[in-house]
Amino acid sequence: MNAFLATVRRDLLLALRRKSEVLTAVFFFVIVTSLFPLGIGPEPVLLKKIAPGILWVAALLATLLGLPRLFSADHVDGTLEQMALSPSPLGLLVAGKILAHWLLCGLPLVLLAPILGLQFDLDASTLGILTLALLLGTPLLSLIGAIGAALTLGVRGGGVLLALLVLPLYIPALIFGAGAVEAHSAGLGAGGHLSLLAAMLALAGFFAPWATTAALRIALE
Amino acid sequence: MTARKLLRAGFGHNWTMLNVSGLACSRGERRLFTDVGFSLDPGEWLHVQGENGAGKTSLMRLLVGLSPADAGEIRWRNEPTPSAEFRRDLIYLGHHAAVKEDLTPLENLLLAAALDGVGLDETKALAALVRLGLRGREDLPVRVLSAGQKRRVLLARLLTRPAVIWVLDEAFNALDVAAVRLLGDLIAEHLATGGMAVLTSHQPLPVPGGKALVL
Amino acid sequence: MRQSIIQWFRFASPQSFYPLAGRMIPWFWAAAIIFGIGGLWISFFVAPTDAQQGEGYRIIFVHVPASWMSMFIYLVMAFWAGLGLVLNTRVSGMMAQALAPTGALMAALSLWTGALWGKPMWGAWWVWDARLTSELILFFLYLGFMALQAAIDDPRRADKAGAILALVGVVNIPIIYFSVKWWNTLHQGSTINLNKAPSMAQTMLWGMLLMALSFWMYSIAVALMRVRAIILERERHTEWVKHAVE
Repeated sequence: MNAFLATVRRDLLLALRRKSEVLTAVFFFVIVTSLFPLGIGPEPVLLKKIAPGILWVAALLATLLGLPRLFSADHVDGTLEQMALSPSPLGLLVAGKILAHWLLCGLPLVLLAPILGLQFDLDASTLGILTLALLLGTPLLSLIGAIGAALTLGVRGGGVLLALLVLPLYIPALIFGAGAVEAHSAGLGAGGHLSLLAAMLALAGFFAPWATTAALRIALE
Repeated sequence: MTARKLLRAGFGHNWTMLNVSGLACSRGERRLFTDVGFSLDPGEWLHVQGENGAGKTSLMRLLVGLSPADAGEIRWRNEPTPSAEFRRDLIYLGHHAAVKEDLTPLENLLLAAALDGVGLDETKALAALVRLGLRGREDLPVRVLSAGQKRRVLLARLLTRPAVIWVLDEAFNALDVAAVRLLGDLIAEHLATGGMAVLTSHQPLPVPGGKALVL
Repeated sequence: MRQSIIQWFRFASPQSFYPLAGRMIPWFWAAAIIFGIGGLWISFFVAPTDAQQGEGYRIIFVHVPASWMSMFIYLVMAFWAGLGLVLNTRVSGMMAQALAPTGALMAALSLWTGALWGKPMWGAWWVWDARLTSELILFFLYLGFMALQAAIDDPRRADKAGAILALVGVVNIPIIYFSVKWWNTLHQGSTINLNKAPSMAQTMLWGMLLMALSFWMYSIAVALMRVRAIILERERHTEWVKHAVE
């Protein structure tokens, strides 16, 4: 467990020394969500209706932006090799890296979403559901994305390939995440959607570090 | 810090600590080597020699368990590797710097130890850096250090991480005369306390004794 | 002596599989053609014109088997991939690699014929129906698998990485399917439900079954041909391939 926390601390410390990389993803999120009204037109009713979808798709893409770096820096300088040979289980270290990725690339989006939601005239309770859905959904995106990042490690055109591999797998998270907000707006209650998101998160939390570890060992061969 | 404590479990048996037999490896279509075997006991070291491209690095990666062998077996304490025990007893330093450029040498050592789940206090880490000739550099980011100094930061791990077997791939590269002598001393001390080492190099090494393996 | 044993062990499976596959291919082609002729004859000449949909409905004799195959091939592909990962057998990875293009072809065929059917029936090339959407995602999964394998130079690594992706895909396919289905029911209204297909006549069922069998045989034959090509390519430096090609 100490090794897990040490990995989180290490990745946060490294990100702190290179702030621009984290901020890029956050700015990307803000800019993309702001582009939609410019493309569609400032009609409040329409924007209010598509806001959850826009915020979710933007969050999806913003998470994707940080994924290629998840393992590549450690791969290039050889520290990933050291992790693979460490007495600590690699799965634990990988889980730590995924948590750090979420804290750096996912959590800021969750915190920003209510503010960006105001641009789309969402009311307080809807913003609450949106934030909650993102809170459950963004770790799921980090977990699934880590598998793709490990599979494309050191591969030609890895970044684009990563998007191709990971985006289809993001679809359930998108459907239930955006669906939760819509269901709430329609007065149906978001409980079902949110529980399913939580169930998928639990499933991914169990399997994704394992698959990621297997993929990393293959990449290191 | 000595290998002796870790070794205790292995004494009183009639098997050799490290036993490698029938190892084969190919890269793509090219067969690098077949039927490589050797064994090491506490206090012994192996010098792996060979021309460029003979497969020295590949052998090291097979040995530590990073890549699978085409055939053959590696046994550590009479158990097939990779085992948790083997990883606990092993330090592998490869071609990579394996240090984070944005962190200081001290942070690098402390975090590496924490990741490995090995206790390390700051005094001990500082002492290791001083021994490696990095006094006054411990709080600079590794980025600003020279290639040789980066290498020394990595080598400091030999002092901060208790291990029985050191697998060092071209560890003497990029080191100045003083550092070469220092590393030779470190290896000799490690062997004297019952440690083992596998080293690659195409030059003679400043470590006495040792078995040789030519690929 | 030792080296020869290693050689034999390493190359045993592809070497023995290559001629075996070669002998099987003509039989599967013949079966594919026979079933295909039977199926097409039923679907064009025996099956009656549909009262509501006219002649256009006959495309389902291609559409439905293609959809079945696209899903089934993914399962078979994942099975081979998983087998290769667990047992470290070399032919398994090659089988998975050989199946992927056929699976992608089936998914594309299913989407294309679905669009051709949709235009006269619903007046739109594409509707966001749950099945169509899932089929599209399945197509993307195939493309991802093929792209990943193509991007990795070392075939052994490509096989293993592809295997992990295929297994992750297999776990996700039901989740994706049900989420898309739920999404679709939530947004019901402008879309048309494909589940309310007209009840199938006996002859139509026969036609569809024969076509499905034909597609099966075709897929196996093509996959075997592709596997032979992959074996030759990967083993081109070995003695037996040099003999086999001469």
